[in-house]
Amino acid sequence: MSATTDAQSLEPAAVRRRWRPRIDGRKRTSNWLSRVFFLATVSAVALLVLLLGVLFYRGWDWLSLDLLTQQYSRNAEGSGFQAAILGSIWLVAGAGILSFVIGVGTAIFLEEYAPRGPLTNFLQTNISNLSGVPSVVYGLLGLALFVEFMNIGRVLLAGALTMGLLILPIVIIASQEAIRNVPLGLRQAAYGVGATRWQVVRHHVLPAAMPGILTGTILAVSRAIGETAPLIVVGASAIIFRNPSGFFSDYTAMPVQIYQWTARPQEEFKDLAAAAIIVLMIVLLSMNGIAIYLRQRLGKDRW
Amino acid sequence: MTVRDIPASESGGRPPLDLSGSRNRSVSETAIGVILFLFAAFSVVTTIGIVVILLYEAALFFQDIALPKFLFGNTWTALFQDPEFGVLPLVRGTLMTTLIALFVAVPLGLMSAIYLSEYASPRMRSYLKPSLELLAGVPTIVYGYFALTFITPQLLQPLFPGVFQPLNAASAGIAMGIMILPMMASLSEDALRGVPNSLREAAYGLGATKLETSVRVVLPAAVSGIIAAFILSMSRAVGETMIVALASGARPANGWSPVEGMQTMTGYIMQVFTGDVVYGSVQFRSLYAVGLLLFLMTLAMNILSQWVARRFRKDYQ
Repeated sequence: MSATTDAQSLEPAAVRRRWRPRIDGRKRTSNWLSRVFFLATVSAVALLVLLLGVLFYRGWDWLSLDLLTQQYSRNAEGSGFQAAILGSIWLVAGAGILSFVIGVGTAIFLEEYAPRGPLTNFLQTNISNLSGVPSVVYGLLGLALFVEFMNIGRVLLAGALTMGLLILPIVIIASQEAIRNVPLGLRQAAYGVGATRWQVVRHHVLPAAMPGILTGTILAVSRAIGETAPLIVVGASAIIFRNPSGFFSDYTAMPVQIYQWTARPQEEFKDLAAAAIIVLMIVLLSMNGIAIYLRQRLGKDRW
Repeated sequence: MTVRDIPASESGGRPPLDLSGSRNRSVSETAIGVILFLFAAFSVVTTIGIVVILLYEAALFFQDIALPKFLFGNTWTALFQDPEFGVLPLVRGTLMTTLIALFVAVPLGLMSAIYLSEYASPRMRSYLKPSLELLAGVPTIVYGYFALTFITPQLLQPLFPGVFQPLNAASAGIAMGIMILPMMASLSEDALRGVPNSLREAAYGLGATKLETSVRVVLPAAVSGIIAAFILSMSRAVGETMIVALASGARPANGWSPVEGMQTMTGYIMQVFTGDVVYGSVQFRSLYAVGLLLFLMTLAMNILSQWVARRFRKDYQ
């Protein structure tokens, strides 16, 4: 039977009567459900659009420069959250540096130094379990450890350290992946010309893995920007009238301020919160954009 | 010419070339190895810190309140005059919001995963996948805002007039479902894509339709990864804080009604910290008891999901 022959016309009539309807029915179900699956996927996108729509609808009129230049005030009108924006920047800088140094160090140890065995398995399991700990539990850790036990107090540093611990597992896992993707040949070539293990890592593996590591760190940091619960637990206060002056000053952060405004009964504060969320989302989106840019720009066609 | 050490006598009296490197070099190599190990040990210290602190503060709490009373008590009035610490109402709130979230996220997430892995053209995927990632990047406080100011007043209350209270478990659960949807979808999709093509080809060869291949061949082959995704998403929902703090209310539930406010374990922790609580008081320590329970629940789920993924994975080689 050649491929161009119409298979259906060659079917004996009995076969056609018996099986054709079933086959057609199965095909119909398949086609029909493929549309359902498509709609389910699109609904996720639609939800994102709806979410943004609600935010813009409520927050558009409140989106003004006041938000960026003014401080917390009792009236929604003219209220801003400059202290919160600066607080978030300080927090993210502190948390980012802490988790980058320790996270990349850990990733190098696990990928380049540690022998495969029970020790690495244990560390790896521990890290993946840490990444599943609820953020509010990190808050409880930060409160007991940094604020009370080390007696740092309810200052920015305590918040930054807590956030650093929170995003550490994400940075480690992303860095490990980036390091693992560096081809073995690069290491072998370096060892072949007599480099020590550290020289191989420092001059060859790390530079090659850096785009991936940076991307992972930026994504982790953008997770930290949106985290609210641990900050409230370690003592970020929503009612702050001046900008943070350093790691030992009182502080607030964007999501904390948003939470406080949202939880108030007055509708105008909820609208103000929507405008603040738009600012937060713009910051997040631009960070994600930078991460994607880095991944594409630095990571393309290198080997 | 063979390669061999050249004796000093043959190389014109000069000493043989020393290629062993300087001693400093080997010392600094060892030191760097030790430093890197210390970095790696840091994450273990963090885990120990979490466990020790939760256990220590919770132990102090259980000196005042008997453990069975805490675990099986059905009244939670921690911030009242005569406080009672029976955690069941909070657990019920957590379970209810999590269940609603799973009702939203599991069907949508699975269908999206099947579509993205089995049906979508590469071009379609390149549009849809990033938007799912974008949805995953939305901070939870934003979902909380969405639940409080949209899902309840614009969706649930107009659809069912007079049924839903302003703060209710359903809105929080739905928002949480949207939050964990990207996780459920992308982890399940990874599992589906891990199924080798030979299985699909075999199914087509036997005359299966696309749907039959996806649902009755590929899906069962990826079931371990999908169950792992399910458990991980559930664990995310259990630990989620800001959505329930905003939308689910601060009243511990007596019943199972999702139209009423139901405080969750995480919601209680937030409520205490947004009010005034005295450090070292029994209320303060109750936070750590609740935190410990929350930690153990999520840890158990994470370990279970890793175990399922490993134990039931089929290797197709």
